[in-house]
Amino acid sequence: MISAKADLHIHTFLSPCGDIGMTPLNIVRQAKAKGLQLIAVTDHNSTLQGPVVRRVGEREGLAVIYGAEITTREEVHCLAYVETEEQRLVLQHYLEQHLPPVPNNPDIFGYQLWVDENEQVLGEAPFLLISGIDQGIDQVAGFVHSIGGLFVPAHIERPRNSLISQLGFVPPGLTADALELSRFTNPVDFCSKNTYLKKYTIIQSSDAHYPGDIGSASTSLLMEKPGFEGLKTALTTPHE
Amino acid sequence: MTVKEMAEALNLRVFAGEEGLEKQVAGGYTSDLLSDVMGYADAGMVWITLQTHKNIMAIASLKELSAVILVKGFEPDDDTLALARQEQITLLGTSGQAFETSGRLYRLLYP
Repeated sequence: MISAKADLHIHTFLSPCGDIGMTPLNIVRQAKAKGLQLIAVTDHNSTLQGPVVRRVGEREGLAVIYGAEITTREEVHCLAYVETEEQRLVLQHYLEQHLPPVPNNPDIFGYQLWVDENEQVLGEAPFLLISGIDQGIDQVAGFVHSIGGLFVPAHIERPRNSLISQLGFVPPGLTADALELSRFTNPVDFCSKNTYLKKYTIIQSSDAHYPGDIGSASTSLLMEKPGFEGLKTALTTPHE
Repeated sequence: MTVKEMAEALNLRVFAGEEGLEKQVAGGYTSDLLSDVMGYADAGMVWITLQTHKNIMAIASLKELSAVILVKGFEPDDDTLALARQEQITLLGTSGQAFETSGRLYRLLYP
């Protein structure tokens, strides 16, 4: 077993709010420079930049997990992680099916482009990716689990777009594989003030939108080797 | 004014929690952020929202709200209905949106 340093919430240039410097190569190199062994690509309501980042990661020696930061109908941001290209395509189809067809205005929100390894544009997402999809949080959790993915509500303590801001508190019975805290919160303090959440695995990630943010928060997880299987085992194994 | 009188005057649909129809309405609060309602709504208020998650009934109970009105024709989730019954708080619905529903309730309460 190794202790893998993981940052499981990273945006790319595809997210309208993602910096132009968040290209596949920059992300992978910055993550390696920060000593990370596992990252997840989690753009808003899209998985389309994942494959290129994973390919660059394979070449450079960094494990990359496919993911998305899904905005639920309640406008709660939730992370979904999947393992295979097949699962990613199913997740992508689900997101496209449920995202409202509101055109993006790049002047206001930013561009929604995904690129190849050489930073050549591969495509542009037409609809605003930060909208809420028309599925409630329990439906999203159910879907992600139905395709074998992992479901982690993001930055749950933040005053905007979080489980706690939108729904008041973590609903009893929510089927989450872990809960994510933002980099602005001390996990030990948070857990001591929120003992009702002690049954959950708590992770912390950077929610990086700029290259310099990558690895600014991370979680060390015990696993055989860095990757989805290791993450799944680390998150879902009962803990103290 | 009771919840029942309000529901009749505003032509609201009763989803669940009929046991709460005789409660008194002390005011209204319109918000879709549950954390905001938890912090700022007062006991006896009717809460107008588009959120349908079961946590709305938990918060209505915690804050001792008199009723909850779902707007825009939204239907409650099944576990939301169950919690409304359990907490005996009337869960109502309207096809109107939050602005007009709030306006109609305001005019009713403060003629």
